[in-house]
Amino acid sequence: MATHESHKKRSGLMDWLTTVDHKKIGILYLLAGGFFFLIGGLEAILMRIQLMEPDSKIFTGELYNQLLTMHGTTMIFLAAMPIIFGFMNAILPLQIGARDVAFPFVNAVGFWLFFFGGLLLNLSWFLGGAPEAGWTAYAPLSTVAEDTGVDFYVLGLQIAGAGTLAGGINFLVTVINMRAPGMTFMRMPLFTWASFVTSGLILFAFPALTVGIFLLMFERVFEANFFNADMGGNVLIWEHIFWIFGHPEVYILILPAFGIISEIVSTFSSKRLFGYSAMVFATVLIGFLGFMVWVHHMFTVGLGPVANSIFAVATMAIAIPTGVKIFNWIFTMWGGQIRFTTAMLFAVGFIPTFVMGGVTGVMLSVPAADYQYHDSYFVVAHFHYVIVGGLILGLFAGLYYWYPRMFNRVLNETLGKWNFWLFFIGFHLTFFPQHWLGLMGMPRRVYTYMSGQDLDGANFVSTIGAILMGAGTIVLLINIVISASSKYATTKDPWDGRTLEWAMPVPTPEYNFAQTPLVRGLDALYVEKTAGNGEMTPAEPVGEIHMPNGSILPFIMSLGLFISGFGFIYANWIVAGAGLGVVLITMFLRSVIDDHGYHIHKEEVEADIKGGRA
Amino acid sequence: MKKWLQKGRLVSLFAMLALLLMGCGDPTLSALIPQGEVADKQFQLMLISISIMILVLVVVFVLYAFVLLKFRKKKGDTSTPKQVEGNHMLELLWTVIPILLLIILAVPTVMRTFEFSADAKPASKNELSIKVTGHQYWWEFEYPKEELITSQELVLPADTKVHVELSSADVIHSFWIPSLAGKTDTNPGDKNKNYMWFDTGSKTDVVYKGKCAELCGASHALMDFKVRVVSKEDYKNWVASYKAADGKSSANANGQQVFEKNCLSCHAVGQEGGNTGPSLTGFGDKDRVAGILEHNKENLKAWIKDPQEVKPGNNMPKVNLSDEEIDAVSDYLLGLKLK
Repeated sequence: MATHESHKKRSGLMDWLTTVDHKKIGILYLLAGGFFFLIGGLEAILMRIQLMEPDSKIFTGELYNQLLTMHGTTMIFLAAMPIIFGFMNAILPLQIGARDVAFPFVNAVGFWLFFFGGLLLNLSWFLGGAPEAGWTAYAPLSTVAEDTGVDFYVLGLQIAGAGTLAGGINFLVTVINMRAPGMTFMRMPLFTWASFVTSGLILFAFPALTVGIFLLMFERVFEANFFNADMGGNVLIWEHIFWIFGHPEVYILILPAFGIISEIVSTFSSKRLFGYSAMVFATVLIGFLGFMVWVHHMFTVGLGPVANSIFAVATMAIAIPTGVKIFNWIFTMWGGQIRFTTAMLFAVGFIPTFVMGGVTGVMLSVPAADYQYHDSYFVVAHFHYVIVGGLILGLFAGLYYWYPRMFNRVLNETLGKWNFWLFFIGFHLTFFPQHWLGLMGMPRRVYTYMSGQDLDGANFVSTIGAILMGAGTIVLLINIVISASSKYATTKDPWDGRTLEWAMPVPTPEYNFAQTPLVRGLDALYVEKTAGNGEMTPAEPVGEIHMPNGSILPFIMSLGLFISGFGFIYANWIVAGAGLGVVLITMFLRSVIDDHGYHIHKEEVEADIKGGRA
Repeated sequence: MKKWLQKGRLVSLFAMLALLLMGCGDPTLSALIPQGEVADKQFQLMLISISIMILVLVVVFVLYAFVLLKFRKKKGDTSTPKQVEGNHMLELLWTVIPILLLIILAVPTVMRTFEFSADAKPASKNELSIKVTGHQYWWEFEYPKEELITSQELVLPADTKVHVELSSADVIHSFWIPSLAGKTDTNPGDKNKNYMWFDTGSKTDVVYKGKCAELCGASHALMDFKVRVVSKEDYKNWVASYKAADGKSSANANGQQVFEKNCLSCHAVGQEGGNTGPSLTGFGDKDRVAGILEHNKENLKAWIKDPQEVKPGNNMPKVNLSDEEIDAVSDYLLGLKLK
């Protein structure tokens, strides 16, 4: 292919709007996800303030239900998932020695769909009220609500979900097709493995959500009767579809965190991962079982003892591969030299916390006892132990660990430790008492409780904890701002890393590897380090590097869906049609415009290598 | 770092102990103080699972603490740790032990799951059965054999097995009396009826607290109900007097007029009146106003005056009544006593 001269160097905002570079898209995901994390966190603190004392009247009734719905929806779909995608984008191609993801354009579409979907959902706060039927949006509560809140939920999640699906498929293809020579499946770092399995789960779970949301949309916008019992529908259809998506979703969230923890524990113990193949097998098994257990969210629905028993035992089975992981992490540290950096501290905090969340999960899998736990604060405590104590601690760990690679700066360690201790102590203070609250009879999703029921003390402690978690997060923000100063500039391998992402210069060149590396074992960089090479052995001579062009089309395409979303919410078919028209036009343009990308010349690459840039 | 960790551990240990010692809650509400057979068996299951889980936690935590303290990097140590691939024996061990533990847990789990569902539908006509219907945001209780319908307050004889049939008039609710039995959902639609049973326990003259556990709208938090357990004899008397009660048992004739004009289309008293709202038979004896407020005239007046203020999103309209009329109708309602 000849060199194409179509490559335009864009700068500033236009660069970010048109980028198809996986590293930049990773940063966009991280920023947008981080922003929504702050909004979701604020919603959580407002709820805890309302529950701080009995009978308080700050956020009551509908408003409180809006807060709880938006907190859950935002944290799952707009904070946790995008931050995971941020790390996957920024790190996964580097870890397998690839120059890019398989479909850079689709990658950009995925981001912008998520972004506009999230924006649409959050605009509901200003346009007649947020959704109020819970993040699970059970019918008929979600179908009979007369305001537009649930419509925002339906359209916002549909658009964001399409972006997630696109992203998942992209990573599947990237891992299957774009590994460097020698990077066999059984040499892939655990984060890549976890991301791979997660992407597989996305491929199977998100279509279920898409279908469910379409049914809900037709019920609300076009007056269908899928969930209307009076017209022969059945409300349980929604519950099944939602949890067939929703249960794998929690594994979509937690598996990447497992991957991050595996990387960090291994790096900061200076040891290879104990039982690598068992870890891989456990990851795949957890992913598989994740699809088999959705009914454990529905033990009280009345499906009968046979269904309940089968799903109970299937759920318990997940504890086995998860336990294998826990012990393998501990034995990775065994005999190692543990360095307590902030990243490691978060990983170290993750393990016992996640174990606690895991054992309450096993307790919940006992249907006859779950009749007591279900929809009580015990469940709230359990899933926050898993999602915050597991996933969010994992994401914090990943942020401190990969920050140098993504932003060419390190984060301040002292502030990092403040961040950890405030957040960690705050977390346990918030959620540990909630186990007791649930068993003592406090249902979840309530905005008030009467005094004199022995629920006051634990609720008060819980709110104090939430405020500490907020303080910890503020320390992180301060840390990020401070790190922008040049004092925090980093070298290419600040942690004595073991995997490929630490083999490139800082900042990472746009083409990642000047020469695709030859992978000669698990922990590829460590293998070269012990062989005395210090850097990767190239698998190819220096040559021209083919790169994709940036494009504004993903942005406009997603904007089109965003506009049509408003059309459907307000039943304005002209706006809906116009928005979809924009989407079709951009799709058409994408199809007919010949865009072969551009080449970075051999001389440029050689100059980079000489100048120490590659 | 070591000091930090030890301190952190100590603090959290004390926090846990303190919480354990805080007690187990309100005996009429807490699932940790079971009062009936079902709640008791559920509590036993909790104890079994908690014991197994604490065992697991202790093993992990001890091992973990040891590793963290023993294998931290020492200053000036530049040696490379041995790179261990794994250990089949160990890995087999921590696969097999959890399997055994889970089998121990799975057996009583499946047994109880079948047991709780087996007796849900009444076996003989002599046993007490009730039909529960969830409404936004109140509960309707029908005693089919006794032929009476009440609301918000379930009166039951002690030492009795109660069979419950659950359904919903609008959205999904969940019927939960923590100290007597775990919850079961009420699903809308005739085909979606649910069945459960519980035992009322041996205590008499006690009022257990019941909750709605499934998000059902703006006032979900306020959808409480009460379960009053009385002796078998008192129960018989209650049934008789409840069936005999009518709208004339209250002395306030003025209030009765206002009530009949404005409220009777929705609320029944005795055999008369509509059934879109809760039945108000024997209202003067109830434990709470609207299920949540203390039972006094002031609260009742506030509730009638502006229902949305007390229970946001509920279906009771704001009836245009003067202050005197509200006063009279409140007196009338509080005067509706059984016997």
